[in-house]
Amino acid sequence: MNKSFSTFNVVSLIIGYAFLYIPILLLVIYSFNESRLVTVWSGFSSKWYGELWQNEELLDAAKVTLQVGLVASTLATILGTIAGVVLTRFGNFTGRILFNGMIYAPLVMPEVIVGLSLLLMFITISVDRGYWTVTLAHTTFSMCYVAVVIQSRLSSFDRSIEEAAMDLGCPPLKTFFLITLPVIMPAVVSAWLLSFTLSLDDLVISSFATGPGATTLPMKIFSQMRLGVTPQINAVSTILIGLVATGVTISSVIRKRQEVRKL
Amino acid sequence: MPEINSQVRQTWAPWNQPDKKPFVRIENLSKTFDDIVVINNISLTIYEGEFFSLLGPSGCGKTTLLRMLAGFETPDAGRIVIDGEDMSNVPPYRRPINMMFQSYALFPHLSVEQNIAFGLKQDRMAKADIQARVEQMLALVKLQGFGKRKPEQLSGGQKQRVALARSLAKNPKLLLLDEPLGALDKKLREETRFELMTIQENLGVTFIIVTHDQEEAMTVSSRVAVMEQGQLAQVATPADIYEYPNSRHVAEFIGAINLFAAQLETVETDRATFRVAGIDLPICTGRSVNAAVGETLWIGIRPEKMRISRTAPEKTGENMLTGEVWDIAYLGNLSVFVVRLDNGKMVRVQWTNRTRSPEADISWNDRVYVSWAADAAMAMRH
Amino acid sequence: MNRIDFLSTWRNRLNLSGRTFVIAIPYLWLLLLFLLPFLIVFKLSFAETRLAIPPYTELVEYAQDGHLRIILFLRNYLFLTEDPLYWKAYLSSVKIATIATSMALLVAYPVAYGMAKAPKRYQSTLVMLVILPFWTSFLIRVYAWIGILKTEGFLNHFLLWLGVINEPLHILHTHVAVYIGMVYSYLPFMLLPLYANLEKMDVSLLEAAADLGCTPMQAFWKITVPLSMPGVIAGCLLMFIPAVGEFVIPSLLGGSETLMIGKTLWTEFFNNRDWPLASAAAVVLLLILVAPIMWFQRTQAKGAV
Repeated sequence: MNKSFSTFNVVSLIIGYAFLYIPILLLVIYSFNESRLVTVWSGFSSKWYGELWQNEELLDAAKVTLQVGLVASTLATILGTIAGVVLTRFGNFTGRILFNGMIYAPLVMPEVIVGLSLLLMFITISVDRGYWTVTLAHTTFSMCYVAVVIQSRLSSFDRSIEEAAMDLGCPPLKTFFLITLPVIMPAVVSAWLLSFTLSLDDLVISSFATGPGATTLPMKIFSQMRLGVTPQINAVSTILIGLVATGVTISSVIRKRQEVRKL
Repeated sequence: MPEINSQVRQTWAPWNQPDKKPFVRIENLSKTFDDIVVINNISLTIYEGEFFSLLGPSGCGKTTLLRMLAGFETPDAGRIVIDGEDMSNVPPYRRPINMMFQSYALFPHLSVEQNIAFGLKQDRMAKADIQARVEQMLALVKLQGFGKRKPEQLSGGQKQRVALARSLAKNPKLLLLDEPLGALDKKLREETRFELMTIQENLGVTFIIVTHDQEEAMTVSSRVAVMEQGQLAQVATPADIYEYPNSRHVAEFIGAINLFAAQLETVETDRATFRVAGIDLPICTGRSVNAAVGETLWIGIRPEKMRISRTAPEKTGENMLTGEVWDIAYLGNLSVFVVRLDNGKMVRVQWTNRTRSPEADISWNDRVYVSWAADAAMAMRH
Repeated sequence: MNRIDFLSTWRNRLNLSGRTFVIAIPYLWLLLLFLLPFLIVFKLSFAETRLAIPPYTELVEYAQDGHLRIILFLRNYLFLTEDPLYWKAYLSSVKIATIATSMALLVAYPVAYGMAKAPKRYQSTLVMLVILPFWTSFLIRVYAWIGILKTEGFLNHFLLWLGVINEPLHILHTHVAVYIGMVYSYLPFMLLPLYANLEKMDVSLLEAAADLGCTPMQAFWKITVPLSMPGVIAGCLLMFIPAVGEFVIPSLLGGSETLMIGKTLWTEFFNNRDWPLASAAAVVLLLILVAPIMWFQRTQAKGAV
C-alpha cells in the first residue's frame, strides 16, 4: 500500500533521529564556545583546541590509545578471520561447542567481568601490566566481533566458487588466499574498522588491564569527566567524532565505488 | 471499428443479454506509476457467476487491475462499481471482496484454523458459528484434520488450499485470485484447475483470476480479457479468443498461428479472396470481411487446421502453399512440421498421429503441399 | 603397507594437522585469554582475603603432614547474601536495566517501523544513520548528556524558555538520567534487530488482513506486532544483558543512590581491594545473566535456520 508511509512514520523518524543526533551536535557546537561555562553560548572560539596541544598527559594518552588500537585491531582481524573461517568451514571438530561459546560469550559478557578476570590472570602469572596487557585484552574481545562479522559474511558466501577453484586443482589454503579472502575483503576491512573503534572506545577493560604508564585516552577523559563538564573534553570529543565520521565516510565511499565497479 | 468476425455460439452468456445488470463495472480506469502508464483507460463489465480471467504477459497491468479491485491501489482516474456500489472511497477492509494472494500470504504465527477464522473474527461472528464455518471450509478444500497445523508444516498445494479456504470463508460476493496456481508444479496445477472450477460452480461466487498461463485461462474461464500494455486487447469467451482473435497479437499470444500480410482482392457475401506476395494461389476466407478492396489485412491459419501431403490435394485453385520440409518435431500425440515456402517464409503445420506409424511418412527436405479448408483462415485488421 | 597407502596416510595426517593448526590458533588464544582468566576468577571467589600481596589465600596448600589441603571459603558468597548493599545492587541493576529496556523498546518501535516503511531507496541511508553514532565513543555519547541534563543544562534552559517549568529540574544524578543515558546509548541495539525484522515483513500479509476486514490499526496489532516478536526479544536481550553490568552510565549520570552492580564491583576491586569478594560478585552477576544469554543464543540459532 503506497499510503502506508504516513505522517506518523515521518514524525517518529524525525523524533528518533533528533534524539540520536542532537546530543552529539550540542557537544560539537559547544566545543567552539568562548566561555568556560559549557551550556551558555558566548561567542565562537577555538581556544580549547589550542589548549589541547598543551596538555601533555592527554597527548600521551592519545598516543597510547592509537598504538594499542592499531596493533590490537590488526591482531584481532587476523585471529578473528581465522576463527570466522573455522566456524563456517570446518564443520564439526572436538571442542567446537566450547569454541562457539568462547566466541559469543565475550560479546554479551559484562565488561567488568572480562576486565576483572584478565587482571586477575595477569597478576596470577605475574606479568607486568602496561601497554602490552591492554593490547592483549583488546585483541581478545575485538577478535570475537571480527569472527562474528566474518562468519556472517562467509555464510552468505557462494561456496561453489571455492569448490570451482579446488576442482581446478587449487589446494584449500591457496583457495582461501586466492579466492575467499579477496571476495570477503570488504568485510575484513570493516571488521578491522570495528575493532579499531572498539579499542579506541574501551574504558572498562582497559582500566583493569592497564598498569602504570599506559593510560589510554578514554581513561584520561573519564577521570576528567567525573569532575564535571569542561570545554576541553568537548574539544577532544569533537576531534574523535570528526575522525570517526571521516573514517566511516571514506569507507562508505570506497564501498560505493566498488559497487559501481561491479556494475 | 466493427468486428470483422462474428462469434462462436454460447449457451450461458449474460454478457450478450442487454437486460442483465453487470455485477462489476470498471469505468475508464487509469493508473500511472512513476510516469509509466500501467492501466490505460480500461472499461469492463463482469457478470454475476462468471469465472473471469485477466490474461497477459508480466507487466501488462493485470495484477494492478486486480489490486485496484481489491482496494490496494487507488486509480488515478475512473471508478469501480461493485454490485451497484461505487468503491472509490471504500477501503480494502470494507469491500465485499476477498482476495487470494499469489504468495498465499498465510499468517505464519496462526494455525490453519486461525487463518481461516481470521476474517470471520473481524466480523464479530459468534464463536460456535466460526467453528462450524471453519470446518465447512476445511471440508470444501479437503483439508479436514489439518486445522491445528501451522502454515510452515504444509506442502505448497495444501497452503494453496488454505489460502483459498480463508478467502472464501467470509462468503464474498467476488473472489479475486492472483496467479492462484502459479506456485504449484505442472501436474498439481492441472488437477487443481478442475477443483477450482468445481468450487466456483458449486458456490456460485464470481471469480476474477489473474494469470499469465493461457492454458489455465482457456480451461477455467467463462470469459477471458487479454491485456496488453495496460489495455484490453480483447474480451471474449475462450473459444472466441482462439478462433476469432481481433488482432494478430491476441492470435499469437494464444496458441500458435501462421500469419500472412495479405491484400484484399475481392469481397463477396460469403467469401473474400486475398493475395500474398510471393505466393501464386489466392487465399480465401469462408466469410465476408468488412474492408475495402486493396486494403492490407492479416490472414491467420492455426497449424492444426492445416494439412500436409507429398501429393497435391484434389482442389488446387486456392488455399494451397508449396515448399519443403525444413524441420520435424515429433511430440508423441502429434508432430509439427516446419515448412519452408518457396518465397522463403516458414509455416508450421500440425499433424495428429492417429496411428503408430506416422501416416504422413514425410521426411526432411521432402517437397510438400500445405492446404486448408476455406473457413480455417481468419482475417484481422491489426 | 605399500608405498601409495603410505603416502596417502601421510598426506591425510598432514592435512589433518594443517586443519588442527588453523583451529588451534584462535582456540588457544581464547582459552588463554578468556576461559583461563575466568576460571581464575572462579577460583579466587572461594579464597580468603588477607592483607598481603597477593591479597588472597591459596585454595590448595600443602599441610604440615605433606597432605594436600583444599580450602574453599564460601564466606564471600555468604557475605553477598548477608550484606544488603550487594543484593540491593543486584536487584536494582536488574530493575534499572528492565525499565531502561522497556523505555528503549517504546522509543525504538515507532522509529524502526518508520524505517521499515520508508521508501526503499532511503532505507540503507537510514540504517547508516542509526549505526553512525554507534561508531562514536560510548563515553562521549554518555558525556554529552551531562551537559543536557544538569541543572543549568540545555534541557532546563529549553523548558524554562518554553515556560513549561518555573524552576530547573534536577535530573542529572538521578535514576531518570541513568534511564535516559541507557536508552540513548543502547538504542541502536534495539533499533537494528527490530528494523531487520519489520523490514522483511511480507506486505501481502497486511493486505490479506485488510482484505479479510482488518482496519490498518487492527492489522498492526494482530499481524505486525506478533510477527515482530523475534525482533523485539532479540533487541530487548541485546540491550538488557550489557545494561545490567553497566558501569559508565551509572558512574557519570547516576547519583549516589543509583546502585548498580557494575559500579559496586569496580569500587570493591579498586577502592577496597577485596579481590575474592569482587570475584564472587562477578560470578553471581554472571549467574544472573546466564538465563538471558542462553535465551538470546537460542533465538539467534533459531533465526539462523
